[in-house]
Amino acid sequence: MSETQTNIAARPWADKDATPFIRIKNVTKKFGEFVAVENVSLDIYRGELFCLLGGSGSGKSTLLRMMSGFETLTSGSIEIDGQDMAGVAPYDRQTNMMFQSYALFPHMSVEKNIAYGLKRERIAKAEIKQRVEEIISMVQLDQFATRMPHQLSGGQRQRVALARALVKKPKLLLLDEPMGALDKKLREETQFELINIQESLGVTFVVVTHDQEEAMTLSTRIGVMTDGEIVQVGEPREIYEYPRSRFVADFIGSVNMFEGQVKEDADDHVIISSPDAGADIYVAHGVSCTLGQKIAVAVRPEKIQLSKARPNNARNILKGKVDEIAYLGNLSVYQLLLETGKRVRVTQSNLSRVGDDAITYEDEVFMSWSGGAGVVLQS
Amino acid sequence: MSSPATPRKTKLPFGSFLERILSKLGLRGRTLVIAIPTLWLFVFFLVPFLVVAKISLSEAMIARPPYSSIWNWDDGVLNLTLNFGNYLFLLEDTLYFAAYMESVKIAFVSTVFALLIGFPMAYTIARSPDSRRNILLMLVILPFWTSFLLRVYAWIGFLKTNGLINAFLLATGIIDEPLIMLQTDFAVYVGIVYTYLPFMILPLYANLVKLDDALLEAASDLGAKPAMTFLTVTLPLAVPGIIAGSMLVFIPAIGEFVIPALLGGPDTLMIGSVLWNEFFSNRDWPVASAVALVMLAVLVVPIMILRKAQAASEGASQ
Ligand SMILES: Nc1ncnc2c1ncn2[C@@H]1O[C@H](COP(=O)(O)OP(=O)(O)O)[C@@H](O)[C@H]1O
Ligand SMILES: [Mg+2]
Repeated sequence: MSETQTNIAARPWADKDATPFIRIKNVTKKFGEFVAVENVSLDIYRGELFCLLGGSGSGKSTLLRMMSGFETLTSGSIEIDGQDMAGVAPYDRQTNMMFQSYALFPHMSVEKNIAYGLKRERIAKAEIKQRVEEIISMVQLDQFATRMPHQLSGGQRQRVALARALVKKPKLLLLDEPMGALDKKLREETQFELINIQESLGVTFVVVTHDQEEAMTLSTRIGVMTDGEIVQVGEPREIYEYPRSRFVADFIGSVNMFEGQVKEDADDHVIISSPDAGADIYVAHGVSCTLGQKIAVAVRPEKIQLSKARPNNARNILKGKVDEIAYLGNLSVYQLLLETGKRVRVTQSNLSRVGDDAITYEDEVFMSWSGGAGVVLQS
Repeated sequence: MSSPATPRKTKLPFGSFLERILSKLGLRGRTLVIAIPTLWLFVFFLVPFLVVAKISLSEAMIARPPYSSIWNWDDGVLNLTLNFGNYLFLLEDTLYFAAYMESVKIAFVSTVFALLIGFPMAYTIARSPDSRRNILLMLVILPFWTSFLLRVYAWIGFLKTNGLINAFLLATGIIDEPLIMLQTDFAVYVGIVYTYLPFMILPLYANLVKLDDALLEAASDLGAKPAMTFLTVTLPLAVPGIIAGSMLVFIPAIGEFVIPALLGGPDTLMIGSVLWNEFFSNRDWPVASAVALVMLAVLVVPIMILRKAQAASEGASQ
C-alpha cells in the first residue's frame, strides 16, 4: 500500500509477474449441508511463512487439510508447484503436516518417529541415520533421541513433531496450531525458533493459528478467515494498519470504532460526522464513497494522544473523562468516557516514572489524533 | 496417595464401631477393598483347588465318595498316604498326553481363526460412527442372551449331512454329494470359533477404539500407503488387545468339552472330554482330579501372558 516497495525478491506477492507456489482457486468444502470453506482463492509464494488466522470453527484446519490431501474438495482446485493436487493421495504428496495434537507414534522412540517418513522412501540406511541425527541436533533433542514420546515434555514433543515433518525435506510444510499446546513463555521462544528454522531451510510454511499476536510475529503474510471465507490477505503491518472491514479491524488488536456519515468527500480527505464521537472526524485520505453514506472510522488505541490541556494543532480532538486505568508496566491502558456515552480506549507508553501532572481517575482530558491515524471502513 | 487410606470419620455410631473393630484387626479402607475379592478367591478358587488337589492324591474306591482318604487317625498316629499313582498313570497312558496336545492344537488353531475373523470385525466396529457402533456391539453380545447349548445345537442343524449348508450347496450345484461336516474336527473348530468370537472381538474393540485417527493420518502424511500404515501403526498398537483376546479364547477353549461332545466325532480327543469321561463314566475321581490339575498347569503360561498384556495396556493408557 503506502509502504515503499523496497525488496521485491523478498516480497514476491508484490510482484504481479511472480508465479505462485500454491494456487488455491475457488475452493469450497461442504460437510453435508454445512459449508466449512466457502469459495476461497489464495496464492502463496515459495519461501513464504503464511498464516491462516481466524477464530475457532472458521475453517482454517479444513483448508489446511485440503492442501495435505486429508479432505477432498467439494469444488475448486488446489495447485502446488504447478501440479493439480486433485486425486493425489496424502502419501504421494510432497507436503508434510505438523498436527495440532502432534500425533507422535506412541510405540516408537524419538529417533524412530523421525526416521519413519524416511523409511517410506527408498533411502539408504546410512543416509537415514545421518539425516535423523542432523535434524535432531537442529531441534536440540540430542539427549532425548531414545526416549519414548510419553517421557517428553510438551515443548519437546512439539519439536519432535516438527523434526519428523521437516526431515522429509517437504516442498511445503503445513502446521496446524503448532504452538497451541504450549504455555505463553515457551510459545514466544518457539515462535522465533520456528522463524529461524523456516528461513534457514527455505521451506514454504503455511501455519494455522487463532492467535493474532502469533500470526503477526511469524508471518510474511496473513490470511484472515471467518465463516469459511478469507476476508483479507496482507502483510501483518498492512492488516493492522489498513483493515478492510470492521471484522478485521476488531479481530486484529483492539480498536475504537466510530460510526457516522460522510459529510464532506474531497480528493485528499473525508470528513465524517459521527454521533458516536459527538464531533466531526477528519481522515486524511481519499475514500470512494458518496455523501451521506453510513461509514465507520477505526482508530487504534496507541494512535491517540492524551493531554490535560487542549492541544492546538491536532486534526481530531475529543473531550472525555477518565473512567479506568490499567497499568501494564511498559504502558497504561485508559478507558475514557465521552459525553455521548461512548467509551474510548487509549494506550500510552510509560516513558517516565509518575510525574506531577499524571492523568488520573475522573480527570477531564483531551484525546487527539492526526488525520492519518484513522481508517475508514465501509463493510 | 497416603491420605485416602486413612479412614474418614463417619457420624454413624455403627459405622465407627465397625471401623474400630476392623482397624483393630488391621483392616483399613484400602485393605478392606482388596480383602473382599481376596476372600472371594479364597472361598471359591483356593478351597476347591485344594480339595481337587487332595482328591488327586488319593486312590479310587467303590465307595461314597468314590476315593480313599489321604489321612487317617489310628491310635494316636496320623497316617498320611499320598498316592502319586494317578499322575504316573497320566504319563504311562499315551491317551492323556495325546489329549493335551490335541486340545492345545485345537485351541491354538481356533484362536488363530477367531483372530483372523474377529480383527476385521472389531476394526470395523471401532471405526464406525458413534451411532452405529453401539448397535454393532449389541449384535456381538446378543448371542449371549440365548443358551449356549441351544446355539451349539443350532450348529448341528447347519452342519449335518441333510442340514442347511449342504442343502444350499447342493441346490446351487456347487457340490454333488453332501459334505460330511458334523462329527469332525472341522465342526469343533466352527463351534469353538463361533462361541468364543465375542471374547476376541470385545478386547480388540476396546483397544482399537482408542486408536487416534491422527496417527493414521500422520503415517499417511509421512508417505505410508494404507497397508504400510496398518502394519507399522495399527497392528503394533493393537498388540495388547490381540494378546488379551487370544488368551480369552485360548484358555477356555483348551478345557472345552461340550462343543467336542456335541459337534466332534469319535476321533476328536480333547482333554475336557477326557476329564468328563473319567469323572462321570469311569467315576475315577482321583484320575479326573489329576487331569484337571495338569490342565491348570498347562494354562499357567497363557494366563501369565494375559496378565502381562493387561498390565501393559493399562500402563499405556495412563
Ligand atoms: N469432518 C467434519 N465433518 C463435519 N463438520 C466438520 C468436519 N470437520 C470440520 N467440520 C466443521 O467445519 C467447521 C470448520 O472447522 P475447522 O476447519 O476445523 O475450523 P478451525 O480449524 O478454523 O477451528 C467447523 O464448524 C467444524 O465443525
Ligand atoms: Mg483447527
